Amino acid sequence: MAAERDFSKGSRLYESLSQLVGEEDLFTEPEDLIPYGFDGTAALRHKATCVVSPRTTEAVSGIMKLASAEGIPIVTRGSGTGLSGGSIPVDGGIVLCLVQMDQILEVDPANLTILAEPGVITKAIDDAAHPHGLFYPPDPGSMKISTIGGNVANNSGGLRGLKYGVTRDYVMGMEVVLPSGEIAWLGSKCVKDVAGYSMKDMFIGSEGTLGIITKVLLKLVPRPKARRTLLASFDSMEDAARTVSHIIERQIIPCTLEFLDKKTCGCVEDYAKVGLPTEAAAIVLMETDGPESVVNDEADAMALIAEENGAISVEKAKDDAHAVRLASARRTAFSALARIRPTTILEDVTVPRSHLVEIVSFVEEVAAKYDLDIATFGHFGDGNVHPTILTDETNKEEMERVEHALSDIFDKTIELGGTITGEHGVGLAKKPFLPRQLIDASYQLLRQVKGAIDPQGLLNPGKIFDQAEKS
Amino acid sequence: MNDSTTLTPLKYLGDLDYSIVQQCMHCGMCLPSCPTYLETKRERNSPRGRIALMRSIADGELEVTKEFGEEMYYCLGCLACTTACPAGVNYPELFENARAEVEHHGVLARPERRFWRWLTLEQLFSKPWMLRAVGRLLWIYQASGLCGLVRKSGVMRLVPKNLRELEPSTPTIQRHFSDALIQETETVPEKRYRVGLLTGCVQDLVFSHVNRDTVDALLANGCEVITPRSQGCCGSLHAHNGDLTLAAVRARSLLDQFDLENLDAVITNAAGCGSHLKHFTNLLKGDPEYADRAAEWDRKVKDVSEWLVEIDFRKPESTSEECETITYHEACHLCHGQGITRQPRDVLHAIPGLDLVELENSTHCCGSAGIYNITQPEQATKLQEEKVGCIAKTGASLIATANPGCHLQIQNGVGDSAEVVHPVSLLAKAYRNEKETTNVETN
Repeated sequence: MAAERDFSKGSRLYESLSQLVGEEDLFTEPEDLIPYGFDGTAALRHKATCVVSPRTTEAVSGIMKLASAEGIPIVTRGSGTGLSGGSIPVDGGIVLCLVQMDQILEVDPANLTILAEPGVITKAIDDAAHPHGLFYPPDPGSMKISTIGGNVANNSGGLRGLKYGVTRDYVMGMEVVLPSGEIAWLGSKCVKDVAGYSMKDMFIGSEGTLGIITKVLLKLVPRPKARRTLLASFDSMEDAARTVSHIIERQIIPCTLEFLDKKTCGCVEDYAKVGLPTEAAAIVLMETDGPESVVNDEADAMALIAEENGAISVEKAKDDAHAVRLASARRTAFSALARIRPTTILEDVTVPRSHLVEIVSFVEEVAAKYDLDIATFGHFGDGNVHPTILTDETNKEEMERVEHALSDIFDKTIELGGTITGEHGVGLAKKPFLPRQLIDASYQLLRQVKGAIDPQGLLNPGKIFDQAEKS
Repeated sequence: MNDSTTLTPLKYLGDLDYSIVQQCMHCGMCLPSCPTYLETKRERNSPRGRIALMRSIADGELEVTKEFGEEMYYCLGCLACTTACPAGVNYPELFENARAEVEHHGVLARPERRFWRWLTLEQLFSKPWMLRAVGRLLWIYQASGLCGLVRKSGVMRLVPKNLRELEPSTPTIQRHFSDALIQETETVPEKRYRVGLLTGCVQDLVFSHVNRDTVDALLANGCEVITPRSQGCCGSLHAHNGDLTLAAVRARSLLDQFDLENLDAVITNAAGCGSHLKHFTNLLKGDPEYADRAAEWDRKVKDVSEWLVEIDFRKPESTSEECETITYHEACHLCHGQGITRQPRDVLHAIPGLDLVELENSTHCCGSAGIYNITQPEQATKLQEEKVGCIAKTGASLIATANPGCHLQIQNGVGDSAEVVHPVSLLAKAYRNEKETTNVETN
């Protein structure tokens, strides 16, 4: 039985692993294992059996070779801020924590690239680009602690997705340790590169199921010269959603169009105290960046559209510092909502932007139908909504209603041509619902790819989908 | 020697309201704020990791082990995570109960440790007269030159290594303690408020002049000041070190000494005390005799800068110094523990001629953290070095901070290159200079 594999001090596996990483980076005591039993996902916990924190690609490769020879599953993780349970440990497996591989190896201003180890914090990438007048735009809510390796493995989004895209749009290459323990370099610094399959794209968003990313080569862009931030308040969520749809219809692509409902605003303001209106039914945080003249025009146009769609007020951020405070406050929305109820279940549905009003109204109907407390916020500009169910995992009856509500929301999303997850990944949390969305041969294709690259099924088994067909 | 653990047959973490234990949703936002996590990048050394361990104990999934005990004492208790936490986790309460749980189970008990805990928590910091007596002896030792003789004689080699290393950083005891410098009631003709003053324990022995300055600043703003005699430790030392029972004893003693109903506020000038003093309701929640007064107490306790700003303090017309560059280090238990960040700066900005230069990472712990610099010298020294590095970048010759522990730690760190001072001392000095200027003019 795999779960009984012995990693305790003095065991054969302990000795092998300590030769690879040293005892100071190998953890097998309960006080160390318990804190690796979860990520940022609510209600998902599973105690780790062994944690290793290697510092080099060679060590990662050695661990993978050992795992392959012994048939030991590997769950790779960074800072453990994931929101789909993707890095929850599996029985008898090794948790491979890459936070010690945290060096920026090269900033190349001539080619506009940066090469980093996977444990580098997302924000540190942009901080390293800044002195060169360069910019790394993807900014997931957890950017101050999430790792770039985790971002690539989950193809993370963020607040600037509308104009700048997501992590995938910046990955030019990577070094991966394959399930055999061999090391492969995928991609290059070239803007054009069609030599063979675009294998790097296969690993982006693969959630640790295909390989272990040990280096990441990222594209940087010129840093925008100017930035304008606006805050519009509305009497209804529909007005807010319509405003966003109209901005996009008029072919304005600001970097950020963030939406927060009244409940979310209240919680965020309670924590961050940045002066968000707490009486409005909804607010939209808009940010445009680029050359001075363009941002001014865009900001004026967006303010006008908001007013045409019934905005109660449209305020400009006082200065850059205030704008940064507003965006930072917005990033805490999910965590701040935990102030209301013990369990905070965050969803991540995304629809084509023309259906925004429909999905937002539908979430309100579902909340009423199942008598649930649902707060909604999200990246409206991307059609990416985060309905967040505020509940209590210890209340069985309420949790059943939560299940029904989620099911209804997923069905509606799929009906509208949307996706059950825009940026958080499938992991464990969305796994049961994935077959509803991938109804044709595409679901089986996932298994075929996994079988070809990881035939032993060692890497993050049981995440996204089950490898074997359930009979 | 009493074993204080026998007094409390409580399950500390297990008895906590479960919503407090459950509040952490492990999003990880606290990780970049935590000095110990940044040092090791090991989850158990992070706030969310520690909370997971506490929860496992509350759930009965983990025994209280020595490893758990060591982890709870590796935590600085700086509360930076509390500021970082969007979910509003009550880390101070979890932390104090976790340490109490550790002491209750005696997993770290060794004869030497037990002796020091007994001597400090049960004797010195529970009996105001004894602390003053020892303070007096220490003053004689330092003032008489005996201290220099002892150092030269090599007698110190007989003392255990950890104590020997600490001896040179022993704070200098004041000739006069607070009660000698401050009368029980000091009033002003145009009285607007009546406030009580907490003199503290370390503050009373080492910084009694800061207490005097506090009274002067309050008097200058129309506050009559009542300073009960022989107050002693407020119990924060006990609570932060896992003895909630003795902390409650100290709390009751203070509540007995202050005539709360007739006071507009109770003023403290030590951040570490203030952060503890504002939570007596929780500490005494099971005590029907004191619960109501504890609630009133919590409402009335104010840090001196908080109170001064609240009553719209008068800007002094004279400066305290000759146009000096000053920087401000935020004591953890002021900025994270009490959420007070603007008010001490308001006080400094109000003083003419002072040039306040912001300190990089001003809210990062300096490593003092109560007695952390004694229990975990290695980590404490790293933090002290980081702090000193940031201070050097400001070029300031004065460093303002509002907590005795930080004051000593930073002064030790910067040596003679700069002077550490309490903001209220500068304000008091500026008010005093006003009088001198007026005197000169009238003469």
